[in-house]
Amino acid sequence: MDYIFIVISAILVNNIVLAQFLGICPFLGVSHKVSTAVGMTGAVLFVMVIATMITYLLHQYVLVPYNLLFMRTIMFILVIASLVQMVEIILKKVSPPLYEALGVFLPLITTNCAVLGVAMLAVGMEDASLLKAVIFAIAHAIGFGLALVLFSGLREHLNLMSVPKGMKGVPIALVTAGLLSMAFMGFAGMV
Amino acid sequence: MNQLQNFTKGFLKENPVFVLLLGMCPVLGVTSSAINGLGMGLATTFVLVMSNTVVSLVKKQIPSKVRIPSFIVIIASFVTIVEMVMEGFLPELYNQLGLFIPLIVVNCLILGRAEAFASKNNFISSVIDGLGMGLGFTFALTLLGTVREMLGSGTIFNVSFVPENAQTFLLFVMPPGAFIALGFLIAFINRLKHKRA
Amino acid sequence: MAQQKESSLFNMLTTLVVITLISGFALAYVNQLTIKPIQQAQLSKKKDALVEVLPEFDNNPVDTRYAVFVKALGDSVEVYKAYQSGELVGTAVNAFSPDGYSGDVRIMVGFLPDGTIHAISVLEQTETPGLGTKMTEAEFIDQFADKNPKDFKMQVVKDGGQVDAITAATISSRAFCDALQMAYAVCVDSCDANTGATSTDEKTH
Repeated sequence: MDYIFIVISAILVNNIVLAQFLGICPFLGVSHKVSTAVGMTGAVLFVMVIATMITYLLHQYVLVPYNLLFMRTIMFILVIASLVQMVEIILKKVSPPLYEALGVFLPLITTNCAVLGVAMLAVGMEDASLLKAVIFAIAHAIGFGLALVLFSGLREHLNLMSVPKGMKGVPIALVTAGLLSMAFMGFAGMV
Repeated sequence: MNQLQNFTKGFLKENPVFVLLLGMCPVLGVTSSAINGLGMGLATTFVLVMSNTVVSLVKKQIPSKVRIPSFIVIIASFVTIVEMVMEGFLPELYNQLGLFIPLIVVNCLILGRAEAFASKNNFISSVIDGLGMGLGFTFALTLLGTVREMLGSGTIFNVSFVPENAQTFLLFVMPPGAFIALGFLIAFINRLKHKRA
Repeated sequence: MAQQKESSLFNMLTTLVVITLISGFALAYVNQLTIKPIQQAQLSKKKDALVEVLPEFDNNPVDTRYAVFVKALGDSVEVYKAYQSGELVGTAVNAFSPDGYSGDVRIMVGFLPDGTIHAISVLEQTETPGLGTKMTEAEFIDQFADKNPKDFKMQVVKDGGQVDAITAATISSRAFCDALQMAYAVCVDSCDANTGATSTDEKTH
């Protein structure tokens, strides 16, 4: 039951992009086409889940027992940065097609605050466990993907519309994101 | 470019938020009131100035291949310092900003300035660049926070200017309002820039 | 001017290790400096809330705190006792409800020894700004002052109680009432037990 709550809450109610404002940079940056949005989602899902797993274990078995919580931010960001590099190298060797699909997005992920944000939220959860943290990460990645894909679909259509000159580009995209976020607000109170 | 231009470029011409669109997460996430925007802006400015300073001083000692990880560690250290000091001395603000304080680490603005400016320029220019960019960021956050607070709660810096029980645009202190308010602000600034050009 | 260091493996490793070491030590030092203020800030928040919800007292209620496990929540709540020249003048309960509109609603309730509510302070809530957050305002909270839950039904009017809910924020109001009811239940338990608690405690030890 707990897990269902986590999933619904992460995807719809507290959507990571539209309600918690994490990962706004890729949300605005790579949302011009649906196909790139899907690729980005795949890369984020991949990195977010592995990063959350590793940071969770580090937090639980190194930082907490040795009273090193003040190193948390540094540890987490280093894990994520090196993880991204490693994933890039491994993918290149093991699965060239997958690398082809995700490769361009990987370097962008280091500074995607959604990854660091979810890792930090996961260790702060009440009675957390590794399984819970992983489900938490998967659900948030899906929420990120949902918002990104929906938004890029809207933007593709937006390109065909005539928009007032001053509102062209980023401003109208932001207002659209606002309307999307408003739609997601309808889910509030569900959990 | 003289130092004055170097300082003022962050406010309008190269404003990190309105023009460069950097560090958008805290911009949208913490600006439900002017005071939060100001606090977040100043915290970011501190980290930016300090990291620019250190990076410009040690840039010669860092092999270029491990440049980025080194910068990240330097930035993360200052972010943690800000986090600890804030928790101890400004607990109210600390609770309001929450997760967005540690997330200053991944603010692309800071790493961007370290990489694009501080690693190529001398100490003094780097400090001034950090200060200008940071204050430009603070200016943008405070402006957006003020607009949202005015429309959403009918107050400016917690001082009310509407009659009691008046209905305000609650939407603007909620997440959708952040996107919409920023969208219109950027449109407005674009218009200003076009007029001057 | 010195030359840029070349990217040999040795150089790269030493650079990273040195930087991480320096920052580690710097952070440990700042951590030492701020650990006291952080604890104090957290304590003073609780103390402020206690002063707000309890009648005048001269002991330090934080020292008297103990936890009571509440089965329905699967979690425990904290109880504080306030004394004025040795006499019990009030009990404060730090209770919460997980059923807010978006997350926990955590309140500190001060009861007089006869169970009357003295005052309430909202410690933590993440309700919708401008709607649910009105629970922190006097207009809502003051309706509970000097009410005794014995003859004041702590449910919103919609649910057949006597509490005027916040306009357009029934869920938040409900969560608030839930937390309040839990606080009262804990208080009644502890007050009953308390009359003999100190003596029995001494005997058992």
